[in-house]
Amino acid sequence: MPELMYREALNQALAEEMERDANVYLIGEEVGRYNGAFKVSQGLLDKFGSARIIDAPISELGFTGLSVGAAMVGLRPVVEMMTWNFAILAMDQIVNNAAKLRHMSGGQLRCPIVFRGPGGAGGRLSSQHSQALEANYAHFPGLKVIAPATPADAKGMLKAAIRDENPVVMIEGERLYAIKGEVPEGEHVVPLGKADVKREGTDVTIITWSRMYYFCMQAAEELAKEGINVEVLDLRTLRPLDEEAILASVRKTNRAVIVEEGWGFAGVGASVVDLIQSQAFDDLDAPVERVTGLDVNMSYAANLENATQPDAPKIIAAVKKVLYREGA
Amino acid sequence: MASSYSKNLLLDMYRKMYLIRRFEERAGQQYTLGKIAGFCHLYIGQEAVAVGPTEALRPDDYMLSAYRDHGQPLARGSDAGMVMAELMGRGTGYSKGKGGSMHIFDIEHHFYGGYGIVGGQIPLAAGMAFASRYRNEDRVTVCFFGDAAANQGAFHETFNMASKWKLPVIYICENNRYGMGTAIARTSAVPEIYKRASAYGMRGEPVDGMDVLAMYEAVKDAAEYCRAGKGPVLLEANTYRFRGHSMADPATYRTKHEVEEERKNDPIPKLRAYVLKQGLAQDDVFEAIEEEVNAVVDQSVKFADESPEPSVDELWRDTIVEEGEEDVRPRERVLGMKVKWPEYPSGQELKVTWDLEPREQAEAADKKAGLIR
Repeated sequence: MPELMYREALNQALAEEMERDANVYLIGEEVGRYNGAFKVSQGLLDKFGSARIIDAPISELGFTGLSVGAAMVGLRPVVEMMTWNFAILAMDQIVNNAAKLRHMSGGQLRCPIVFRGPGGAGGRLSSQHSQALEANYAHFPGLKVIAPATPADAKGMLKAAIRDENPVVMIEGERLYAIKGEVPEGEHVVPLGKADVKREGTDVTIITWSRMYYFCMQAAEELAKEGINVEVLDLRTLRPLDEEAILASVRKTNRAVIVEEGWGFAGVGASVVDLIQSQAFDDLDAPVERVTGLDVNMSYAANLENATQPDAPKIIAAVKKVLYREGA
Repeated sequence: MASSYSKNLLLDMYRKMYLIRRFEERAGQQYTLGKIAGFCHLYIGQEAVAVGPTEALRPDDYMLSAYRDHGQPLARGSDAGMVMAELMGRGTGYSKGKGGSMHIFDIEHHFYGGYGIVGGQIPLAAGMAFASRYRNEDRVTVCFFGDAAANQGAFHETFNMASKWKLPVIYICENNRYGMGTAIARTSAVPEIYKRASAYGMRGEPVDGMDVLAMYEAVKDAAEYCRAGKGPVLLEANTYRFRGHSMADPATYRTKHEVEEERKNDPIPKLRAYVLKQGLAQDDVFEAIEEEVNAVVDQSVKFADESPEPSVDELWRDTIVEEGEEDVRPRERVLGMKVKWPEYPSGQELKVTWDLEPREQAEAADKKAGLIR
C-alpha cells in the first residue's frame, strides 16, 4: 500500500471525487493558483479548471453562504477554510443556514456540503491561530463533525463526507498535513459515525481524535514497557458519536481516559464522560479522567505553548491515576 | 394611450396583491386571537414589491426572501391554506409547522425560503445563481431583503463575488425605511441603497416599490440582463409597510400623519385606478376577483383551524437526511397532489464548461500586481 502524507491523502480524495462527480467543486482562499495554503489542493486547478477550483476573496461568510446556496440546488460544494479560526466569521452560514435548512423547510431541502480545513494548535502562532474548535460545531444538531487522525482516515472520510447528504464539518490537524501513513488506493471510503480501535488493549481505554491520537499512541507504547496494556479508541467522528464503540471498549477495560486538544469546559470529552457514567457506571473501576488543553488562551512562547497542550507525560499520568498507580 | 399590458396580466397582478393584503389582514387577526404566535411580519403595503417581479419572471426562476415572507410564496402560487397552517403551527403547513411565519419554503414553486437572520439569505442567493451558471442554465435568482440588511457584511461580501463572477442574480432591497424601529437614514452613511452597487461595478437602480408596473418593468429588464450573462442587478424598491415591523410592534417611532400620507400611495387602488382609466375592466370585474379571493382566504383560515398539530414524533425527522431518504413534497404530503419537483443533472451527465477566471485574465492581474507564479 502506498505511503502518503495526510495532505496528499486529502488531495487524492478530492481529485477522485471531483473526477467521479461534476457537481463537486472546491472553493476557498488560495486553493487555485497558489495550490492551497497547506497544499491540499496542489495541482487541482490545472486538472479541473477555474469553475471547479475557485479562488475566493477573503470573505469567509460570503463564500461559505454562497456554497450553502449552491448545495440547496443540487451542487456538492467543498468549502476550504484556510483555518477553522477564520471560519468563525462563517459560523452564521454553517449553523443558522446549513444546519437548519432541512428542518426549516420541513424536509423539502437538503444541503450536501463539506466545510473543511485545519484546526488545533498551529505551532507558535499565538491565540487567534491556535484553537481546537470542534466542540463548537459538535454542539449543533443538523451537522456531522469529523476529525480524522491518519492519512488513510483523512482520505476515506473526506470521500464519505462529499457523498453524504448532510453538511459535514471536517476538522483536519494543522500539524498533521506532513504526517505519513499507508493509504489504500482508489475506492477507500470510511463511513462517518464509526470510531476505530487503533490499538487493542485490556487495562484502560484512551479515547481521543485528531492530532492527540499520536500522543496517545506514544503514551501507550511507554506504558506497555511497564506492563500496562492500553486500548486506544480513535473517535474519528464527533457527531454523531459512536456510542456503541465507546461503551464496548469501556466495558472491556473498565477504565477510561479522554484526551482532547481543546478546552475541557463544555468540550466533546465532557459528553463522552456523560455517556460513560450514564450507560456504563457499573462497569467502571475508577472515575473517568480527562486530559485537555489548559483553560487559557494559547501563547506564542515555546514553553508556554507546550505547557498549554496535552502531551504523552500528561496522558501517562492520567492513565496511572485511573489504575490507582500514581507515583508508580 | 392604450395600455401596453394585457388585461389578463393586470388583473392577475390585482388578484395577487389583493390576496396578499387580505391574507395578511386575516393573519394579523389570527395573531391577536392567539392562534399565531412568535414573530409575525406582515407584508401589508409592500404587495407590489412581490407581485411585480413574480409576473416578470419565469416560474422556475429561483426566489428567496427574509422573514417578511408570506407575500412572495402567495404570489408564486403557494397554497394559501398551507401557508396559514404553517403560521398557526399545524402539521399541514409547508414545513409541517416546524418553521412558522419566518420560514415559509415552497420548493415546488421555487420559493427557497424565508430566513430569520438579517442578510443571511443574500449569499445563499448568489450560490443558487452560481449553480445555474455552473450548469449553464439561463435561470435567474431573485433575492429579497430589507433595507437594514444592506448594512450587514453578507451584503458587501456577496456583492463583490456576484459582480466579479457575473452571477445571474437580482437583489431586491425592500426599502420600507425602517430597520425594525430605526429609520434607515439614522444608521446609514449612504441611505440610498442602490448607490452601493456602484462600489462593486454592478448595476443598481431605485424603483417605485408602490407601483406594481414599475416593479414589473424593472425586474423584466434586470432578468434579461442577467440571462444575457451581464451580471447581477440591485434594485432598491422604495416601499412602505402600513403596519408595525411585526405584530409585536405598535410602531410608535413614526407619526400617524406619515402613515396616512403613505397610505395614499397604496399600490392596490393605484392599479385598479389604472385599469379603470384604461377602460380594460369595470368595477364588477374587481368585485368578482375580491369575492373569489375573500373566499380563498376564509377557506385558508378554516383549513388551518381544522388541521391538527404536527405529531410529536415529527421532532425526530428533518434534522439529518438519512441514507436513501427522499425529500418531502408538501402538496403531495398534505393534499395528495402529484407535483413536479426540481431535478438536477447527475455528476456523470453534467459537463462544466464555465471558465470562471480565464487563465490569461488571472495571469494579467498577477503580472500587473508584480507577482510571478
